[in-house]
Parts: sequence; structure tokens; C-alpha cells
Amino acid sequence: MIGLNHYLILSGLLFAIGLVGVVRRKNLLMLFFATEVMLNAANVAFAAVSHYYGDLTGQMFAFFIIAVAASEVAVGLGLLIVLYKKHGSLDLDGLSTMKG
Amino acid sequence: MYEQVAFYLFSVLTIGLFLVTVLSKNLLYSMTSLAAGMVMISGFFFILGADFLGVVQLIVYVGAVMALYAFAMMFFDATRDIKEKNANSGWIFLLGGMIALMLVIVFSAPIFSENIQAIYPSIPGATNPQSVGLVLFTKYLVPFEVAAVMLLVAMIAGIILAGKKMDQSLTTEDDIVKTEVISQEDEK
Amino acid sequence: MEKFVYIALFAPLVSSLFAALYGMSSRKVYVGIIASLLLTTSFLASAILATYVYQTGGSIHVTMMEWIGAGDLMIPFGFVVDQVSVTMMTVVTLVSTVVHFYSIGYMDHDKSFNRFFSYLSAFVFSMMVLVMSDNFAGLFIGWEGVGVCSWLLIGFWYHKPDVSPEENPSISPSWAANEAFIVNRIADLGMLVGIFILYWNTGSLQYDVVFAEIPYLGHGILVAAAIALFIGAMGKSAQFPLHTWLTDAMEGPTPVSALIHAATMVTAGVFLVIRANPIYSLTPEVSYFIAALGTFVAFFAASMALVNRDLKRIIAYSTLSQLGYMFAAAGLGAYWIALFHLAAHAFFKALLFLGAGNVMHAMHDELDIFKMGGLKKSMRWTYIYMGVASLALAGIPPLAGFFSKDAIIETAFNEGTLVLWIVLVVTAGMTAFYSFRQVFLTFEGDERYKAFGIHPHEMYKFVLIAMSPLALLAVIAGFFQGAFHSFIIKLLPNYEMSEHTHHLVWLLGTIVLAFAVGGILLAWIKYGKGLKRNEKLENSFVYKLLKNQYYIPHFYAEFISKPYAMISDMMWKSVDMKIIDTTVDGIAYLFYGGGDKTRKMQTGNLSTYLNWMGVGLALLLIVAAISAVIG
Repeated sequence: MIGLNHYLILSGLLFAIGLVGVVRRKNLLMLFFATEVMLNAANVAFAAVSHYYGDLTGQMFAFFIIAVAASEVAVGLGLLIVLYKKHGSLDLDGLSTMKG
Repeated sequence: MYEQVAFYLFSVLTIGLFLVTVLSKNLLYSMTSLAAGMVMISGFFFILGADFLGVVQLIVYVGAVMALYAFAMMFFDATRDIKEKNANSGWIFLLGGMIALMLVIVFSAPIFSENIQAIYPSIPGATNPQSVGLVLFTKYLVPFEVAAVMLLVAMIAGIILAGKKMDQSLTTEDDIVKTEVISQEDEK
Repeated sequence: MEKFVYIALFAPLVSSLFAALYGMSSRKVYVGIIASLLLTTSFLASAILATYVYQTGGSIHVTMMEWIGAGDLMIPFGFVVDQVSVTMMTVVTLVSTVVHFYSIGYMDHDKSFNRFFSYLSAFVFSMMVLVMSDNFAGLFIGWEGVGVCSWLLIGFWYHKPDVSPEENPSISPSWAANEAFIVNRIADLGMLVGIFILYWNTGSLQYDVVFAEIPYLGHGILVAAAIALFIGAMGKSAQFPLHTWLTDAMEGPTPVSALIHAATMVTAGVFLVIRANPIYSLTPEVSYFIAALGTFVAFFAASMALVNRDLKRIIAYSTLSQLGYMFAAAGLGAYWIALFHLAAHAFFKALLFLGAGNVMHAMHDELDIFKMGGLKKSMRWTYIYMGVASLALAGIPPLAGFFSKDAIIETAFNEGTLVLWIVLVVTAGMTAFYSFRQVFLTFEGDERYKAFGIHPHEMYKFVLIAMSPLALLAVIAGFFQGAFHSFIIKLLPNYEMSEHTHHLVWLLGTIVLAFAVGGILLAWIKYGKGLKRNEKLENSFVYKLLKNQYYIPHFYAEFISKPYAMISDMMWKSVDMKIIDTTVDGIAYLFYGGGDKTRKMQTGNLSTYLNWMGVGLALLLIVAAISAVIG
């Protein structure tokens, strides 16, 4: 029988995969992909909690997360395009103007 | 039984696809596997009885967001791989593994709080989209409207950011040099 | 009447703040004049209050505001004007006013003229707080306030360089100031302990509440409180063994010596004993100790004054000696006599000091009386003033000192403490001798100062006029003994001589007078015609012992200061430098090194930042996991 913990652990694993992507990859577009993975991991957890407690709040949150993710992609990709126009590359290591 | 089979099948597929997403060197492979992973995620939603959410996942993520990524990638030279320096990837995996382990420990720990009560319980007799609609347009009406405004703002922002000097092609070698000159002048 | 209380109290504060405004600027005469006028206002207010209290026999109690409220501790900023405090107020403000006017002339050439008035008025304010407060906390604040002002004023010429102890026992004004301050701190600890004992056992610091509770307290507690409070009084009033600071305090300007170290601050200890008389009345053994110590100090100080050559130090020793008389009276239960002697002493001793200031001014700060002599020609009025003051001090009728000191000696006889009586009588003779030794050496005989090329001149006229109230009071104060008696016993316990003593009063008075006149005659024989130095006497052991103040300063220096300095040095080198500094530096190095190392985190590279964010997340999750598992 699949319980809540199964879903939560799956969600945790997916989140960790996304995190590894965020930390490891240097291509900005890949960072976006990894962020999507992490957001989806959270969505799974929400949906599972919603299901197992019979409460719709979790689904609502998942719903809003999807909305936020869509906005993020729109704005983020716009920024990426500007960045690419300026630097001609999407390499994260090239962005070190904040060096202290 | 079917539920277990479905869960494990989807789990394995999702994890595998997302791993490909994260680890692949080729941007196109990553994006494709991400889209496929999204579809698998929607499978979980259907198993969990969140039909509406599953549909939204398919439409928004797999349909809209992925299409957006695909269009965005047209601006970038997707065939040109970025050479990534990953000197210390070993300990990054260690870190990721540790975080995963911690999350597993946290989630598998017994829940002590006994009286967790549903704030907005599922409405008996109503289908999932119906009850989602009821809650969304009553209790969550204001956040819903705010989300709508946010999407509008994001859309306008995306258009403006991406649409600036859209006529200039900045991907050819000459133009890159020119841009660098411009940016140097900007810095001055 | 309430407004007069505030005027009397706050006029000196206003004066101090006003003078402080000009503290750094050059001499402005009007600062001194305005300060003096404000002090006069304060004196007038005190005099009005005194008249009021005298006529009605009641007291005025005002509470300005709640001051400290913490838990059960409630201390109002309250003042009481009763017979005791009004006496002190009048004496303090009168002497202060005279000293303020005097200082306008005396500090004429000093470039810190304005600063001096600021300090002096601040002292008067502190002294008023001390005497007027209706609780021990206010008394203590005033007590510390006069201590600080005393420190400031003794060290007024702080820029004078240090000299060796052979040249000047008190080394330098700043040294003397520090000595006075530190010795007083030691005593103040005792005083604080006494106040704590009283608060602990009565739950209040208000005089009336505390004294109402006193009869219900255990005897041991009372003795402890009495001893602890008396230790505070010993420090302020320079009683043995905490007496060394008073003579060294003569490094300060002479008006300061007159005001603080003769008339007011040093009598604060006597005032405390008088104020706390309900405690001392119930602890006869402590009281007897006070009387015995007072008598001892009277003799002890007088003996040192016999051989000293420093004009101001002789007067300082006589102050010590007279304070001993006051404590003897207070210890024997004759509180009103102690207060009476306090007031009378304030007048003639301030006058004596101011006269000494005139001499100093004329002699260009020369204080050695062996280098003076024959000054009566050029300084007639000063001679008269100092002569009158010395007669009063020696206890010659009908001057003030006769009545008050005689009363104390009578008390000693009346109590049957014959040893004390004999010592006090002998001391009276010694007092007369050293006072007139000083007067004769200064004003009579050959003009030794000519050898040093000094041309003395009389003080300014207005200064001499300003001194006249003190001279007048030194002469007539004794006649008010009866009135003062009936006035003060409304508050203080009465003390009457027994029938037996009453019969012998003439005889006793004559004995004392005989000693006093004998002392004066001896002084005239030895010094009236000029200075004849006796080498053999000066080389004798007793003479040297007295001249070196019984070697007590040496003893303190060798057995307290030097070991303390050694310990301090050791603590500095081993504990402070090696342990504390190393620890502190180590912490600093830790953070510095840590910062230096972690600076590398700040690469400006977003991917590194993301890595660190991941580390942070991992740490948070570890905490979450631990708390989840522990539950």
C-alpha cells in the first residue's frame, strides 16, 4: 500500500535531483530546468498531502505554484535573452561582476 | 495493486527523466526529458485524484512552459555546448545526497501531531474539478485574482525584455564584437 | 516655606552650572560675583528657614519627586528641614558665601578662576543634598558628591609636577587629591554596608521609618550598622587611621581648605553620627568607642601640630583635633554639644584658614612659618582675624570656642570618663600652644622673610570685609549656647550636666582655662620674641616622630601602597597581559582569521553562491532531521 511517506520521499528525491542540477550546472538555462524540477517535486508533495488528509488546500497551493512557475519562466527567459544579447553566452561563471 | 505498480513505474520514470534533465550535456536532451518528466508528474496527480491539477500540469507545464523554453532556445545557439567546469562535482553529489537523505529522514519520521484537521475538506459527491472550483472561487478568490495579475505582469515583462532590439541579430560573430564594443562603452 | 527649601538647595547648583559655562574661558570677575550672590541667596533662604523652624519648632518635609522605584525599594527625592539640618544648612551656606566672596580676591591671578567657582558651588550643592536629604540614599549621593568635588578642588592645580616625599609629604596636588578620594572610597564601603544593613532589616531608607524600626531590631544588627556607618564617618572626618588625607589635602587652594577641609565636608561624619543618634543611643559600646577614638585623635593630631612648620598643615591638624572633640561629645551622648561645637568650629576655623590664605597670598605661596615672622606691621587686619580665631580655638572666654569646647570637656567629666577628661584638658593646652606658636611665628618677632626677598602686602579690602562675618561669629557665637540648646533639643536627645558637675563647673572651667592660658604663655615665651631654634630638641626622637606624623604615611606607603603596587604589577604582567589579553587577542585573531579565510567565499561567482546556499540548506535540514527524529 502506498502511503503519504512514499510520496514525500519521492518528492524529496526529486527535490535533491533539482538541487544537484542547480548547484552543479553552469548553463543558466539548465538552472531554469533544474528549478522546474524542484518546483514539481514540491507540487507532488502538496498533492499527496492534499490527498491523504482529504484537504483541498494542498491542491490550491500546487495550483498557485504552477502559476508562479509560469510567470517565472516568462520573466526569467526574457532576462536570459537580454543577458545573452549582452554577453553572448549563458555561462554562469562569466557572471562575476559582483566579485568583492 | 495497480496503484503500487503505477506509483513505482512513474517514480522510476520521473527520477530517471529528471536525472537526464539535470545531468545531460545536451540542452535539447535536457529539455525533452524535462517535458517527459512533467508528463509523468501529471500521472501522479491523476493517481492522487487531483484530476484538475493533472490537467493544469499538462496544459501549463508541458504545453505552455515547454513551448516557451523551446522558443527561447531559438535565440541561443543550442547546438553549441557550454563547456562547464565541474572541478568539485564529487562533493556536490555528496551534498545532494545528504539533502535527500535528510529529507527522507524528516519525511519518514513519525508525525506526532495527532489532530490534523482538514481546513477545506473535499466536498462529498462532487468531482475534483467541481470542488477545486468551489474552493478556488470562494476561499482563494483574492489570491487567484492576484495570481492573474501576476501572470499579466510577467507576460508584459517577458515581452518587453525579450522584444527590445528584436530586429538586431546578436548571434553572428560581427555582432558579438560590436556588442562588446558597445558594452565597453557602456561601462565607461 | 517650601520654595525657600528649593531656593536654598538649588541656588548653588545654578551657580555651579552658570560658572561651568565659562569654565574654559579666561577670568571673568562677574562669574565670581554672580556665583557669590547666588550663594548669598541660598544663605538667606537658609536663614529664613532657620527662623521659621526656630519660631514654630516644627520641621518642613518636602518630596520633590519619586526618584528610585524598583520592587519594594522606593526612594523619593525628598528633603527635610528640621533643627539639625537647618543648623548645618545655615553654617554651610554662611561659610560658603564668605568663602565665595573671599575667592574672588584670592583666586584673582589664577587663570582657572571660573572653573574654581563652578567646582566650589557644586560642592556646596552636594553638601546641601547631604544635609537636607530625608533618606540615607540621598545622604549617600551628597556624600559621594562632596567627595568628588573635594577631589576636583584638592587637585585644582593638577598641573603642578610631582616632587619627592622629602620635599613635600603630599608630593603633588593630584597625588593628594587621589589619596583623599581613595581613602574616602575605602570608608564609603563601610558606609554603604551600614546603609545596606539598615535597609535589609527595616525595608526602608527613610530616616523616620528607619529610626522608628530601630528599637525592634536585634542588638547585634544595631552594633553592626553603627560600626559600619561610623567607618564611613571616619573616612569623611579623617579620623585615625584614615586621617592622612586631610593634611595632604592642604595642597588645594586655601579657600577650599577653609570651606571643605575645615568647616563643612569633614564635619559630615559628625553630622552622620548626630543624624543617626537613635542608633548610637542604643549601642553604648560603639558610642564609647567613638568617644575614645575621638579623644585619641584630638590628642594625636594636636601632638603632630606642635612641631609642624607648614602654616596650613598646622591648621589642618587642629581641624583633625577639633573633629576628635566633636566625636568625643557625640560618642558620650551629648549630640547637641557636638553640633554646637561643629557650628562654632566652622566659623573660627574657616576664619583661621582664610587668614592663612591672606598670609600665603602675601608671602607668594610660602607656607613655612620659620620663614615668616613680624608680619603684623604689613598685615594688621589679618593678624587680628587670625588672633581672634586662634583665641577662639584655644578656648579663651568669651569667644565661641570656650563655650563649645568647655562643654565637651565638661561632658567627659560628667560621664565619669576621667581618662578622656584628662586627655581632653591636656589637648586643650596643646591646642592653645600650637595655635599661638603659629600666630607668633607668623606675625611677631624678627622679619625673617626679608632674607627671601619677599615684600608682603595686605589682602584686598573687600576680602577683609568679606571675612568679617566669620570674625564676628567667632567672637559672639558662644553666647547663643542657651538659645541653641533649647532650639536643638526639640529634635536631638537632651543632655544636661548632673548636679555634681554643675557645682564643679567653675573649677573645671578654670582648669581648662589655665591649661589654655598656659599654652599661650609658653608659646609667647618660646616664640614671641623671635625664632630660637633648639638643635638638640629638633634632633630628639619624639620631635622626629611627631614631625614625621608618627611615621604613619611611611607605614602606609611601605606596607599598603608598595605591596599593592607589587601585586598590581604582577597581575598586570602575568594575569592581565598573559591571560586576559591573550584571550581577547585570541578571539580577535579567530574572527580576523575566520574573516580572512571566509572572504574567499565571496568570489562574485553565482554558482559558488548557489553552492553555499546548498550547504546552508543542508545544515538546516540536518537540524530539522534531528528535531524530527528526537520528536
